[in-house]
Amino acid sequence: MTIQEQKAVVVEKQRVVVDGVDISGHWNRMFEQRTIFEYTPEQIEAIASIAGAESFAYCYQCAKCVPVCPVDVVGNYGPRKLYRYAQTGVNLMESPELWLCTTCANCLRVCPKEVNMVEIMPAVREQAILQGKFVPPELQQAFENTAKTGNPLGQPQRKRDAWIAKADVPVPIIKDLGRPVEVLWYVGSYPSYHPRGVDAACAAARIFTALGIDFAILGKEEKDDADSQRLAGEKGLFEMLAEYNIATFNKYEWKEMVVTGPHELNAFKNIYPRYGFNRPVVHYTTFLVRYLDQLKPLLKHPVRKRVTYHDPCYLGRHNGEYEAPRLLLQAIPGLELVEMGRNRQNGYCCGGGGGGMWMDSFTAKHTRMRLSEKRAMEAASTGAEVLAVACPFEVSRFEDAMKSTGNEHVGVLDILELLDRSMRGEEAAEHPQPS
Amino acid sequence: MNIVVVLKHIPSVADELPVRGNQVDFDSVDFVLNEWDEQSLEQAALIKEALGGTVTAIGVDVIGELDNLLHLALAKGADRAVKIAADDAGADSHRQAKWLSEAIRPMAPDLVLVGVQASNDIDGQLGPLLAAYLDLPYIGVVSSIEVQDGTALMNKEFAGGFGARYSVRLPFVAGVQVAPKPPRYAPVSKIRQIAQTAKIEVLEPSGEADSGLVFRKVAPPVVSGHAEMIEGSPKEIAARLVALLKERGLA
Repeated sequence: MTIQEQKAVVVEKQRVVVDGVDISGHWNRMFEQRTIFEYTPEQIEAIASIAGAESFAYCYQCAKCVPVCPVDVVGNYGPRKLYRYAQTGVNLMESPELWLCTTCANCLRVCPKEVNMVEIMPAVREQAILQGKFVPPELQQAFENTAKTGNPLGQPQRKRDAWIAKADVPVPIIKDLGRPVEVLWYVGSYPSYHPRGVDAACAAARIFTALGIDFAILGKEEKDDADSQRLAGEKGLFEMLAEYNIATFNKYEWKEMVVTGPHELNAFKNIYPRYGFNRPVVHYTTFLVRYLDQLKPLLKHPVRKRVTYHDPCYLGRHNGEYEAPRLLLQAIPGLELVEMGRNRQNGYCCGGGGGGMWMDSFTAKHTRMRLSEKRAMEAASTGAEVLAVACPFEVSRFEDAMKSTGNEHVGVLDILELLDRSMRGEEAAEHPQPS
Repeated sequence: MNIVVVLKHIPSVADELPVRGNQVDFDSVDFVLNEWDEQSLEQAALIKEALGGTVTAIGVDVIGELDNLLHLALAKGADRAVKIAADDAGADSHRQAKWLSEAIRPMAPDLVLVGVQASNDIDGQLGPLLAAYLDLPYIGVVSSIEVQDGTALMNKEFAGGFGARYSVRLPFVAGVQVAPKPPRYAPVSKIRQIAQTAKIEVLEPSGEADSGLVFRKVAPPVVSGHAEMIEGSPKEIAARLVALLKERGLA
């Protein structure tokens, strides 16, 4: 019998008197002896032998990671638990647990031993993929789409810049511009194709234009950053796109790159340097906050809403930006910012990171509720009317989660959309001019 | 089992097709694997998994980028990769079939699988022509090929939703409509690993064939009609729909 199969057998004597004291029934309840120390190191060694996953073996099971793990909040998870499963003979490579981690890095924040799931998971997943082990089909679809069309949504490359027709302002394409620009704006796949993402992209275009920023986009030359695909284990796909993107970025003269999404920020700022790309990249919140003085007079229309803000893991914990999004929200007249219990460094993950964006159905089978639903409920419990986000994965995730948890009354808006509403007035923003 | 799978590299229809002179401007389009060839490749891999044997992936290298497809085929389970270096982006089914037949004949295959058609010419002729050159039987529009004792059992689709089950003695050429399972995903990590070490056999095109067709004019289709977008409230839209259906005698 494996250790996992052992059940704790409870022994309880009906009648016991010790030194004249009656301890009958539950007073003398004890567990029968069982093996708790016998384990096999093979599975732990097998994981730790994979390049990048070495720190898995550092765990000394203090379990600080478990209560901060967003997956454990809605299920049964956490690095310490994965370590324990491995001790009892579970092969992580063939277990559904391999696909549940969102690489949100909250465990790493508290881990005294620096067991780094952000590196362990991609490394082990890559081996599982290469060895032909089970990979959630919906994730494979996202890989396949990215490989074939350059974006995980499977949309045609030639429509990558179709959204600009809805922006109400000219959005210059760097290739057509034929001159250097100050800012290269990397729009991203979801803002380019997803209907709600497009709303944020249009808002950004209007804000940049209103601020007089000299910007351009890559248009049809832009392809996915593939960072989440890397974290989900498809390093080859990531490298293929990184090579393409770096070559494309370097074709043009620009001073700084602004990205709409935190995952793109992470890719271009932290990972692409390994492939020879070392140019300045900032998230749009960090960028816009520099223009706060010019921005404030443009925010003419009050947005009288109670708003709470969700820290994206890859903007906050991974890249240390907590204040810029809040400063932008606080600059909007009439807006009241309230915090959720879990915020900033301890922000709760939306479930979209590390490939979770494309494993919702799979993850739902192994958790009590989706991480996005848990977070949507937290947002609703603050009494907020709007959940503000700063990651293109999140608008659709949280809008769905608000519906499925009965919180449709809470709107979900990107900070870009809120700024745009304040700039143009609610009515104009909700009924954009037909283009 | 000695299985040969034919891969066709064709212009991507996800892009707009630019026309130059009387031909597609092949320099301005991306080339992709014909989608039906993905099905025949999957079918070949499944037969190999069931019975053992070897899968040889072969194709005409029309633009000098076939290696990528051959690496993909190797990552999906092919054992051997062969390209016919033609550098002829406009090579039609007749010419490709002739070259392929010359290359495949010495391989003495038990089974040759081709995609039933390709979205560039949609003439579905590569399979029949190849079979004719190889002097082998051809069966097209098939799915779920199972091989047993020198005979293959498979489904064949006919128009109008009809289907039939065929039993054909090996060897033969089959035009695959669909594999019994969706094509497997080959991780790019694996493809890139394979690309480092894979050996691709290179053959020169051998033999001549001509479809006899001459392009007189190639032009994008002219948009002749427009869809009517019904606008308004759900009630107004419903009323308009009902009126339209009545008007056309459909309700």
